[in-house]
Amino acid sequence: MTTIVPTADIVRTADGVPLKVKLRRAERMRKIRAVSLIAPLFLFLAVTFVMPIGIMLFRSVQNPEVSQILPRTAQAIQQWDGEGLPGEDVVAAFIADLRAAKEAKTHGKVAKRLNYDLSGFRSLTLQTARRLPPPETPPSELLDKLIEIDKRWGETRYWATIKKAAPPYTMFYLLAALDRNFDVKGNVIHAPPEVSIYIDVLERTFWMSFIVTAVCFLLGYPIAYLLATLPTKHSNLLMILVLLPFWTSLLVRTTAWVVLLQTQGVVNDAAVALGLWSERIQLIHNRTGVYVAMVHILLPFMVLPLYSVMKGISFTHMRAAASLGANPLRSFLKVYVPQTMPGIGAGILLVFIISLGYYITPALVGGPRDQMISYFIAFHTNTSVNWGMAAALSVVLLFCVMIFFGIYNRFVGIEKMKLG
Amino acid sequence: MSQNNEALVQFIGVEKTYDGEVLAVKNLNLEIHRGEFLTLLGPSGSGKTTTLLMLAGFETTTHGDILLKGKSITKVPPPKRNFGMVFQDYALFPHMTVQENLAFPLTARKVPKAEIEKKVARALEMVRLAGYQTRRPNQLSGGQQQRVALARALVFEPQLVLMDEPLGALDKQLREQMQLEIKHIHEHLGVTVLYVTHDQIEALTMSDRIAVLHQGEIQQLATPTKLYEEPENSFVADFIGKNNRFAGNVLEINRSNCKVEIDGGATVEALAVKVGGVGSRTLLSLRPESVVLDPPDGLCPNRFEARVEELIYLGDHIRARVSVCGNDEFVITVPRTGNAPRLEVGQTINIGWQSQDCRALEVP
Repeated sequence: MTTIVPTADIVRTADGVPLKVKLRRAERMRKIRAVSLIAPLFLFLAVTFVMPIGIMLFRSVQNPEVSQILPRTAQAIQQWDGEGLPGEDVVAAFIADLRAAKEAKTHGKVAKRLNYDLSGFRSLTLQTARRLPPPETPPSELLDKLIEIDKRWGETRYWATIKKAAPPYTMFYLLAALDRNFDVKGNVIHAPPEVSIYIDVLERTFWMSFIVTAVCFLLGYPIAYLLATLPTKHSNLLMILVLLPFWTSLLVRTTAWVVLLQTQGVVNDAAVALGLWSERIQLIHNRTGVYVAMVHILLPFMVLPLYSVMKGISFTHMRAAASLGANPLRSFLKVYVPQTMPGIGAGILLVFIISLGYYITPALVGGPRDQMISYFIAFHTNTSVNWGMAAALSVVLLFCVMIFFGIYNRFVGIEKMKLG
Repeated sequence: MSQNNEALVQFIGVEKTYDGEVLAVKNLNLEIHRGEFLTLLGPSGSGKTTTLLMLAGFETTTHGDILLKGKSITKVPPPKRNFGMVFQDYALFPHMTVQENLAFPLTARKVPKAEIEKKVARALEMVRLAGYQTRRPNQLSGGQQQRVALARALVFEPQLVLMDEPLGALDKQLREQMQLEIKHIHEHLGVTVLYVTHDQIEALTMSDRIAVLHQGEIQQLATPTKLYEEPENSFVADFIGKNNRFAGNVLEINRSNCKVEIDGGATVEALAVKVGGVGSRTLLSLRPESVVLDPPDGLCPNRFEARVEELIYLGDHIRARVSVCGNDEFVITVPRTGNAPRLEVGQTINIGWQSQDCRALEVP
């Protein structure tokens, strides 16, 4: 008899190899195959999704203009305490940097960046760059020369703005996205009311998303219920009606609403003809138009998750409830609705999150007071080309979505979510 | 079995059609006695579930009336009928605990809270699941779920419990165990039960009376013993238990007995249960266990030579397929123990049977 001395803790196979090692070996090939199948998708996602978004979000804290284009100034101004006016060396460095920037034609960027913080700085910088004192001017006279060019150089806040803009990374954009700013001492303060719009926009975004989600739920639940309970023949037709708009371009659907809802449009014509209202009313380029179009577009996102959950609920549950003495309303509320909770959660989460980031529809059918946060992200990306601000607003939006997602996960559980 | 012959439920000429063309239930007249265990037995499509659903109120009756204690209930909505119901898929509410499931019919009836606790505990004890209150249905095995469903259908003390193939989803052993359990609960509580199944063993095990349904009509309504031993037509004879059949013509009728010339040529003496006059067609029905091997002289009027075609070992007995009088589907059962002869395929044996065991029935 061969004696394999059994060690107490390790389970071994017949040939003495520990079972765990053997298992790893046996499973290795499968693991390698699985990883190599996933690798292309993983790379694709990393290159086209994670990286660009990461870079874009990173811009919300990047602050390269002053530190790169005015490097000597950026360094020298750190020594200044922000009281009174900076010393000779700072002014000398600023003039030298500005001269170099003008030659390199990069001074416009700095001017624009400084203007974000303090309006009027753009023209000041450009003007000054055109009339810089000659290089041989003694350093002690430089500040007076600058004040000669524009007396604003004699004010502390302009120099303080340069100091604030000097570090290569900053919270400036993120604070601005929440209507906050730094004062000269580095304390967080409220931005002046004339530029404080983003908190309002954020509130509006949440409120509009909430209304759209609520209306979608109220309209979508009965539709999903019908879809799940009608005989297949009828439910297929209904399903096509739900999906047909889903397959149509978003732009087409939105512009179709413009045609329908405008003052001389079909809806107003019909309502006036039927006597529902006597004078044509404004239905588009206001909140009503945005709600109508958004609900229409987002309804399938509510219906489909609800439908998939309702399809799985056995109709004998309702019969059982009835046989146990519950009237139809009680059966519905106590037996049916609780079982559709995963679908309700998924539908609400989906519609709410998509609404938070809605851009095209409010832009086309809404008025200036109906624009959501995405509009301002697009505005800063395309029109004002203030990418730092666009990135900061994106970070705020992403953060809000994550918070909402977290709340959902805490109370409903993401593993219970069922999509389509 | 506290059963008397007072009718709790009466079906009076009930008919049901789903499409206006085919009758799922034809002219059904049936009485369910108070306290009895009545089973509707039949193949799928025989109308048994439809009958149950009409009684429960989930299907409308196309024609006829259903009376509960003499009063029509066809217009009473299901929640007001006060019948317990057990479904094949249990229909336990997955988002509720066992306690909440059982409390559901009681809260719907506005029973006080303290009493609910007591009733639920008692009902769970009855199905031997005491202490399972906080479990959820998906934490229970199939058998336990079915017991909870049973307890839920009984906890509000309904006058009638309807069961629609409640054991269909369980495996064989559990099913047999549950059959006995349901039977004992019925005997203990004295509640009236209408049970629907396609499983004849289940029906025979539990029922006081069985109604065999076929194509929407009751074929025979009788006690299990009568149904098995004295089937009134060939459908019942075929559906319940194993059955050997011969088709033939009636040669002569002599009081309760008759002589039949079967299509293979031989003449058989049988009990005339339902035959037309002399010369009419008939179907003879004979249980395999009524066939005697090597019958002693003079015992059986019907004696034939048979050839063994196939032997099937079934543990407690052996089933032999033999060829006799031109019928090679003829089945006999041979006990495995005792001094029964050992059979071999191809062997020729003598078999015989009593004329009263062979029932001459009408041709369907």
